[in-house]
Amino acid sequence: MNPRVDPHLEIWHWEIPLYLFLGGLAAGILFFAALSFLLNREEKASTAVRITPHFAVVAILIGLLALLLDLNHKAYFWQLYTTIRLQSPMSWGAWTLMLVTPLAIIWSALHINTIFPSWEWKGPLKQLEAFFSQNKKWIAWAMLLSSVILGVYTGILFSAFNARPLWNTSILGPLFLVSGLSTGAAMNIILSRDHAERSLFAKIDIGLIGIELFLIVHMFMGFLASTQVQIDAARLFLGGPYTAVFWVLVVGMGLIFPAILEILELKKFKIPAAIPAILVLIGGLMLRFIIAYAGQESRWLY
Amino acid sequence: MRYAMAIDTKKCVGCSDCVVACQTENNVPIGHCRDWVVEVLDGTYPQLEMELRSERCCHCENAPCVRCCPTGASHKSDGGTVLVKPHKCIGCGACIASCPYDARYPHPDGHVDKCTFCLHRVKEGLQPACVATCPTKCMYFGDLDNPRSDISRILKNRKWKTLIPEAGTNPQLYFLI
Repeated sequence: MNPRVDPHLEIWHWEIPLYLFLGGLAAGILFFAALSFLLNREEKASTAVRITPHFAVVAILIGLLALLLDLNHKAYFWQLYTTIRLQSPMSWGAWTLMLVTPLAIIWSALHINTIFPSWEWKGPLKQLEAFFSQNKKWIAWAMLLSSVILGVYTGILFSAFNARPLWNTSILGPLFLVSGLSTGAAMNIILSRDHAERSLFAKIDIGLIGIELFLIVHMFMGFLASTQVQIDAARLFLGGPYTAVFWVLVVGMGLIFPAILEILELKKFKIPAAIPAILVLIGGLMLRFIIAYAGQESRWLY
Repeated sequence: MRYAMAIDTKKCVGCSDCVVACQTENNVPIGHCRDWVVEVLDGTYPQLEMELRSERCCHCENAPCVRCCPTGASHKSDGGTVLVKPHKCIGCGACIASCPYDARYPHPDGHVDKCTFCLHRVKEGLQPACVATCPTKCMYFGDLDNPRSDISRILKNRKWKTLIPEAGTNPQLYFLI
């Protein structure tokens, strides 16, 4: 049969999971930036509002490059923007990125002085900056909503495929959103120099990790209570080839262990705050890779 | 008009002539195919049963590939056939991932390719290449809306099945059993 579908599907490689990770990360960063700003916590969460969003722009740009590399017909990518197809998650994603990318760039530009303190916009750019500054609240609202859509869509991209039983669970949408928010919080912990802000995002991260573990348990409960094809999909992780990588790298090293470290740190134990945060980032990346590859191995039987 | 194909698993000998005919007719690149033959062996020796199936795109009525295509390159055409417009296809692979029958492949030219029911031949009044070539005459193609077509009659008189109907795709490739 076709070399890319036999013995199992191999259409998506590293580009898609990397993009989904970076998209989720950007969604998390922008979500916390907008939320902190709208709740008037700009001073208390100054890193989240003013510094981390620069990294969201970098994440989105690298993610877009990965997406482009994934296309077989690269020169035709603009066809995505000739139509809106409500039933296609990929179309949703393309249009969401069209909204999120400029918002992230505008937000980053409004806080450019945190990187280049003496930077000054000139000419028409200065007027543009003044306009965006006046309407910062609306930009924050748009960023808040579009970052949630971006985060959910990274999971729905997979869950819309009923041909791949492992992906065909609506829990992937919320799971990838929460994972994206968790990686966004982790970036804030890594970049912040303010102990109070680090503690705030460590607390948020612990809560998000708890929700992630809950969603993962429910995902497997759903699979095991479903049809044979989904039971087989779950078995890839319960004794199958993905058991060790998933439970050790994602659940153990990427969720439970960093949560314990963050709790210990809040209890005044001396633990560098960056360690759990980096583990969360690696765990988030591994989650996307494992779900992307394992999903292509799960299939219908006939 | 509702095009469909039926394959008689009792008459098929698994010679793969349909595969070669398709590759020749449609210039399918080497290493790929739009149709293929599956051999399923069931039971325990000596009570064995073999089923031979010439498989291809099922031209599903509820086609997941058409649904998930972000550009509209995958679309429904005459008689419910599912086709790809190469100049609209960005090669994202979503349709390949969405097909429970694994009927699509990435063409080396960049777009995605698949069975077309040989619509270019059908429009000229010919049968699809695989059907025309089959040496055992085990394949039937035609319009299900016409009650007197070969395919309507054979599906009325014989027992048949479709592949993974539980996937909700409503496939239009029938196997006579």
